[in-house]
Amino acid sequence: MSIEAKTEFKPKIVAFCCNWCSYAGADLAGSSRLGYPADVKIIRVPCSCRVNPMFILRAFEKGADGVIICGCHPGDCHYSTGNYYARRRMTLLFSMLDYLGIEQGRTRVEWVSAAEGVKFSTTMNEFVEKVTSLGENIRLGDLRCRS
Amino acid sequence: MSRVQRIGVFVCHCGSNIAATVDVTKVAEMARLEQGVVHAEEYQYMCSEAGQAKIAEAIKEKDLTGIVVCSCSPRMHETTFRNAVERAGINPYMVEIANIREHCSWIHKNKAEGTEKAIILAKAAIAKVNLNAPLKPGESRVTKRALVIGGGIAGIQTALDIAEAGYKVDIVEKTPSIGGRMSQLDKTFPTLDCSACILTPKMVEASAHENIRIFTYSEVEQVSGFVGDFTVDIRKKARSVDMDKCTGCGVCSEKCPAKKNASEFNRGLGNRSAIYTPFAQAIPNVPVIDRENCIKFKTGKCGVCSKVCQAGAVDYEQQDEIITEKYGAIVAATGFDTIKLDDFDEYAYSQSKDVITSLELERVMNAAGPTAGHLERLSDGKAPRNIVFIQCVGSRDCTNRGKPYCSKICCMYTAKHAMLIRDKYPDVKVTVFYIDVRTPGKNFDEFYRRAVEDYGVNYVKGQVGKVAPQPDGSLMVQGVDMLDNKQIRMEADMVVLATAIEPEAGVRKIATMLTASIDNNNFLTEAHPKLRPVESPTAGVFLSGVCQGPKDIPETVAQAGAAAVKAIGLLAKNKLLTNPCTATTDELLCNGCSACENVCPYGAITYEDREVNDHGIREVRRIAAVNNALCQGCGACTVTCPSGAMDLQGFSNRQIIAEVDAICR
Repeated sequence: MSIEAKTEFKPKIVAFCCNWCSYAGADLAGSSRLGYPADVKIIRVPCSCRVNPMFILRAFEKGADGVIICGCHPGDCHYSTGNYYARRRMTLLFSMLDYLGIEQGRTRVEWVSAAEGVKFSTTMNEFVEKVTSLGENIRLGDLRCRS
Repeated sequence: MSRVQRIGVFVCHCGSNIAATVDVTKVAEMARLEQGVVHAEEYQYMCSEAGQAKIAEAIKEKDLTGIVVCSCSPRMHETTFRNAVERAGINPYMVEIANIREHCSWIHKNKAEGTEKAIILAKAAIAKVNLNAPLKPGESRVTKRALVIGGGIAGIQTALDIAEAGYKVDIVEKTPSIGGRMSQLDKTFPTLDCSACILTPKMVEASAHENIRIFTYSEVEQVSGFVGDFTVDIRKKARSVDMDKCTGCGVCSEKCPAKKNASEFNRGLGNRSAIYTPFAQAIPNVPVIDRENCIKFKTGKCGVCSKVCQAGAVDYEQQDEIITEKYGAIVAATGFDTIKLDDFDEYAYSQSKDVITSLELERVMNAAGPTAGHLERLSDGKAPRNIVFIQCVGSRDCTNRGKPYCSKICCMYTAKHAMLIRDKYPDVKVTVFYIDVRTPGKNFDEFYRRAVEDYGVNYVKGQVGKVAPQPDGSLMVQGVDMLDNKQIRMEADMVVLATAIEPEAGVRKIATMLTASIDNNNFLTEAHPKLRPVESPTAGVFLSGVCQGPKDIPETVAQAGAAAVKAIGLLAKNKLLTNPCTATTDELLCNGCSACENVCPYGAITYEDREVNDHGIREVRRIAAVNNALCQGCGACTVTCPSGAMDLQGFSNRQIIAEVDAICR
């Protein structure tokens, strides 16, 4: 392996954020200038329950190194129950992904309220660090899967 | 569905807010290369009139069908840009915002990184708008009645203001009387008005108002529906007294043999009977039987109150009653309580009766309180000679036991207490330990200075480490004088703790029912901290008083009025436009399995037998039908649907996948 190949690894991270809580939490982190790596790109969804497992599979297939879903704290869902569905779905999906070789560290669900700018920033910093330590996600991109 | 879009991209500098850390010219340049983009430009302030005019101009000139604005959060200006493009003749839902300020320029210091991310966010928005379709909002009705949760000064003022505008209002109060914390206060700062004297006229006005109904001893049990059309279940707890028959004579309380129950109104410092009205001016002036302490309910024997009641109003058989009512707007005015002092052992609150909270001191100073207004030690009834006030007990405390915020009212009420005591009992020495004295407010600092200069109150900058009860009954206060940099040991015979305030315990349950968001300290969150301070992010829910954050009475009343105005603005509308981002069914994919119906929190999905043409086969199938007036657009059904027949307009599967692809490209 040549030395050039060891340039700093920048993970691709997709964050699905609920419009009512964590998207606003990310806004608050922004207006409070609480930084986190630029590797995180946020997609706004109306509720964490809108996140179809297919979106996550798609992200990994297209080269994402980590996917995080942020929703309202249990009990605080804007639509009453959406985050409970998200929690159950993601628990199942993440263990299946782990079985497929996409490590648990690459996926995460976190509850971040609109008032938790600090939590948003620390969560993203932690997550990026974790995914960076795991390195590039090659599993869905390996030769057997490549078309 | 997907036609070829002609997209215009508009990149905002936001002064230097974006332009300083994002190369906006490069973002526009790169956007120009994306599929469907026929126009890209940058401008200083896209939200300004000139900026909006640029969008309108480009729509006309380039015949644009879709717009991407790279700017601040959509929570800030999405509506602005939607309205702007609508005026220019295209559907408002053809706009997407790339949030390159809050999510990019403000948090990334490195311009190369910031620019790269901004470009990706712009590409994601472009990819999404390529798949946008025009949407049309539906209409929903507005029930012309408001609900106010909480009957303190905040709730009373909000209800009065709404009622005066000609709309019906219901107040739900969990205790037996309206009045709230203000009714427990003796005097108010900075005028030293008698609290009851200024509050009770408002209580009477509210109870007599033709547009106001008051449900006391009642709690909100369930809330469903949405802005303009909430359905609320209110539990009227069994009072055991018939409100219509009772004349309020008070003989029942007088004759009740179970007299030794801690009075909630007097903060446990005095007793009340088992059948009681919390205080003399209570509204309604109808007693309640506290069934836990009533001898009749405990043993089955007694019934004195029933025997002495001339009106025959006592009813031991009364049951809780559930009232279901529809409301267009809901105002939360749930108020506050002081924090529990279990974790503040150093102040000896649990060890000595002479260590009290400031709210307890209000009751002690009040003529209707446990000592009939005489300042005396609660342990032995003696007149105190040295009183020490300790500020910030649990406020501005970043440990787990306290609250990180400033409770805001303590500096002022302590100055008030100190002044009132020095005024009435000039021989009593009063010392106040403080971290900072905070007196912003009209006539506030003048008031505090009077306490120091005219009334000789001794202010010591420093914290108290320990209050030690002595064998002779006195209290040894050990603190530090930070200005003199020395330890202080001071004997006191009464210590008053300016205890931090926190939102009323039930607020979390209420917030959950209202799906209103709440912060780490249990204060309800406002829609925007500066520009929408009395609205909850949940449409149709408004915030009044301390449930939103610490406030004094004038601020509470002002906010109560503001919340009322917002509620009135809503009630005055005959129809509301509904969110058009609702679920839709692909009738060829739907197999009528009911999975979506089961997860829908709004009951918006029903089934109908519809004739479909499936590639030439005509047949009648059971198909999910979404009621657009009920659907709130959460998307739960879209993910649950096993066949992928359900999709969400505005956040469709294809749109989100397009965003994912753009980000991962």
